[in-house]
Amino acid sequence: MKMLAKKAMCNSHGQDSSYFLGWQEYEKNPYDETRNPNGIIQMGLAENQLSFDLLESWLKANPDAASFKRDGDSIFRELALFQDYHGLPAFKNALVDFMSEIRGNKVTFNPNNLVLTAGATSANETLMFCLAEPGDAFLLPTPYYPGFDRDLKWRTGVEIVPIHCTSSNGFEITESALEEAYKQAHKLDLRVKGVLVTNPSNPLGTTLTLKELNLLVDFIQAKRIHLISDEIYSGTVFDSPGFISIMEVLKNRNLTNTEVWERIHIVYSLSKDLGLPGFRVGAIYSNDDMVVSAATKMSSFGLVSSQTQYLLSAMLSDKEFTQNYISENQKRLKQRHDMMVSGLLEAGISCLKSNASLFCWVDMRHLLSSNTFEAEMELWKDIVYNVGLNISPGSSCHCTEPGWFRVCFANMSEETLNLAIQRIKIFAEATIKTINENKSQEQSNKNSKRKSFTKWVFRLSFGRETSER
Amino acid sequence: MAFLNNMLSKIATNDGHGENSPYFDGWKAYDSDPFHSTDNPQGVIQMGLAENLLSFDLVQEWILKNPKASICTSEGVNEFKDTAIFQDYHGLPEFRNAIAKFMAKVRGNTVTFDPDRVVMSGGATGAHETMMFCLADPGDAFLVPTPYYPGFDRDLRWRTGVKLLPVVCESSNDFKITREALEAAYQKALESNIKVKGLLITNPSNPLGTILDRDTLQSLVDFINEKNIHLVCDEIYAATVFTKPMYVSIAEIIEEDKKCNRDLIHLVYSLSKDMGFPGFRIGIIYSYNDSVVSTARKMSSFGLVSTQTQQLIASMLSDEKFIDKYVAESRKRLAARHGVFTRGLMQVRVGNLQANAGLFFWMDLRRLLKEPTVEAEMDLWRVIINEVKLNVSPGSSFHCSEPGWFRVCYANMDNETMRIALRRIKKFVLQVDEREVAAKKQTWHKDLKLSLSFRRWDDTIMQTPRMVTPHMMSPHMIVSPHSPLASPLVRARN
Repeated sequence: MKMLAKKAMCNSHGQDSSYFLGWQEYEKNPYDETRNPNGIIQMGLAENQLSFDLLESWLKANPDAASFKRDGDSIFRELALFQDYHGLPAFKNALVDFMSEIRGNKVTFNPNNLVLTAGATSANETLMFCLAEPGDAFLLPTPYYPGFDRDLKWRTGVEIVPIHCTSSNGFEITESALEEAYKQAHKLDLRVKGVLVTNPSNPLGTTLTLKELNLLVDFIQAKRIHLISDEIYSGTVFDSPGFISIMEVLKNRNLTNTEVWERIHIVYSLSKDLGLPGFRVGAIYSNDDMVVSAATKMSSFGLVSSQTQYLLSAMLSDKEFTQNYISENQKRLKQRHDMMVSGLLEAGISCLKSNASLFCWVDMRHLLSSNTFEAEMELWKDIVYNVGLNISPGSSCHCTEPGWFRVCFANMSEETLNLAIQRIKIFAEATIKTINENKSQEQSNKNSKRKSFTKWVFRLSFGRETSER
Repeated sequence: MAFLNNMLSKIATNDGHGENSPYFDGWKAYDSDPFHSTDNPQGVIQMGLAENLLSFDLVQEWILKNPKASICTSEGVNEFKDTAIFQDYHGLPEFRNAIAKFMAKVRGNTVTFDPDRVVMSGGATGAHETMMFCLADPGDAFLVPTPYYPGFDRDLRWRTGVKLLPVVCESSNDFKITREALEAAYQKALESNIKVKGLLITNPSNPLGTILDRDTLQSLVDFINEKNIHLVCDEIYAATVFTKPMYVSIAEIIEEDKKCNRDLIHLVYSLSKDMGFPGFRIGIIYSYNDSVVSTARKMSSFGLVSTQTQQLIASMLSDEKFIDKYVAESRKRLAARHGVFTRGLMQVRVGNLQANAGLFFWMDLRRLLKEPTVEAEMDLWRVIINEVKLNVSPGSSFHCSEPGWFRVCYANMDNETMRIALRRIKKFVLQVDEREVAAKKQTWHKDLKLSLSFRRWDDTIMQTPRMVTPHMMSPHMIVSPHSPLASPLVRARN
């Protein structure tokens, strides 16, 4: 008899993917400015480390919130006991206000429709449990966040069917791609329960256009299915065009409180906008009371620590703080983004034009030895092991075209980013040179020669670098 | 409202969460009329929530003395950034180390725990669900001795599709788990073509408040090894053992039993009861099976402990002097509270199962039942809630096979409230006894007087304004502690 559950023995947890393997390599040899300058720089982790100073100064100025006090009195006991899955009212109120603010106050949210969960990871899984049966499917535009394979499918038994987006139109979602995905699901005998989009997109870093949003609303209306909008990066929009929330679209189309209204659900989290992934603060916002009710009960399996709820309710209620934080954070993200884009451009590498998130979608197709995913993997290994950068290959994000990589820029200091850009520059120059030189070589010799050449160039460049310090 | 029921999943629309049971009445009664010593002295006293409030003063004192433990104070803010970014599902090393040490300490350091086997979860609630996802497929079953914590019906079954099969325990032998009962349950499953994947025990027991003796534990280990099924031990009340006999953890048994297949043994733990921190959501899975550790750890992504909390707990549990003092003092206070209640109830000839752990006792009100049926138990329960104004938990909600038992929590109130609660119970029992005596005296006027006294009894039930019509319901799960709670944090300011 099989001792463990099938779930425990399969690999739907998705952690054998290259997305996670890169992390492992980084863990073995992490870059450190002084202690390990030749180590791997982590550019595969979409973290926002740019604005911690703002959080820290708020904490210093608000000692009560941090030390379990309200008006000087200890409320430790009440917090330690508070396990009501409806969540701390003060926190939910502050959180919906914060969400509104991010959306330019063009929409408002009702705290009674908000369900707190242990991170967006838990929110997405919970929505699957609420909306779909094992064997049902959700349509997701590619490329998409690799974690969805685990979060949406693993324990729920739900399937993901991709909506193929291509570089020909900037990876925008088209009507034909939607219809194609829907047909494909039917071919596979899967019942489609909904569409899940990430807006702003991970890994593209772009916000959905009004056209795409309208398309999505039309599509789910016609098919009578759900739409989940994962808006975890909504606070990271640093450039035009601005962020248009799905709720805004519904409002403007006078669809409030209609049939389709109840099939729209939003996922949110403070892991990206506030840079607090360790605190596990996620949320589901749904216009359907039954979903809210079921999801609330399910949140028992992953509630937000009351200690954290209390701290953040105080922080997010400070409107002066939140307004300043949101704008300052966006400014810094833009500056970092521009730095990366221009640096890469100097290396002859372009990025998809983006206006949000903590990463760029980088076009390295011209560095591939062939237009295949095998070549993309080769290139990726080169970059991880020889260049020393952990970036995420497009295939791990289910991209249909080889050669695209997601590269994060907000989880390191400016100096480290500059170093990373330098390394890429050197590598890119060498690679292009070799590709040109090796065009006439035999296929079997191509890989080893290029690797050793690259290694030689790399060692040479590093030698130069250290002496320049 | 969803216009089509098949827009949502079966899980979202069925009763698997267990909260539609009439037991909500008890909580509703409390929520709408909560006792308060000055503002509402006639209100309902909450005795249905197994919380440990007796030793918070000690913890509060520690918090004040250790501002650095909170990463958000000026003393600790240097740790803020690193802690806030840390989302590694292995958890902070200092947290895992502190938990492993604490678990050992609570078991008298008779065993040690490996920090690398400590896996986080969203409270014990999350831990139990994760264990099922790891060990069983939909349709498989776990055996659970009755009476058991009602939350298991949701935690183990709802989203996992796993079945729970009762191992019936009876008062005739103090609800001990017998080999016969285990075999009977196992056989029944076989006959119904249900695959049994394991046995779940809670030790110390909720709702009994008893601990398993060494022989029983050994026999359980033998049983699961013979059948080659898993053993999940929920030791959430381990530090609440307040008097002899000494607590024996499953960890100790398998240290001694070299024949036992360790891959079958798993522990669930939490700080919600021992330390009284249910709000912080600190659940732990500890497995001796490497694959389970690995899988559970990946699944812990769905319910990690906030690093802010990990940091605080790591600091607190590492303060050995404080923890030693806390555990000892907590036990003393639990013992004292337990003593006051049991002695008080003895005075009115109400017994309880002899127990030495937990935050509650298993009260025997069988002699107050009109008849030994679940309906009679429910009638009595409604009187206790609506008239006596105590929210206690009826045995049927714990799947107890015998009507008349009630779980009464006593560690979630101050001394004054406790005295009032005890007074109310005693008064009620005395009243019922008097009526019984009066009824017996007039038996020779059977026709007239008996019906009168019965009517008086029925009147009592009918009079209560918040009465819900007594109806037949299947012993289902009681409401979860996570549902509406009249916490001062909810009622006050916001």
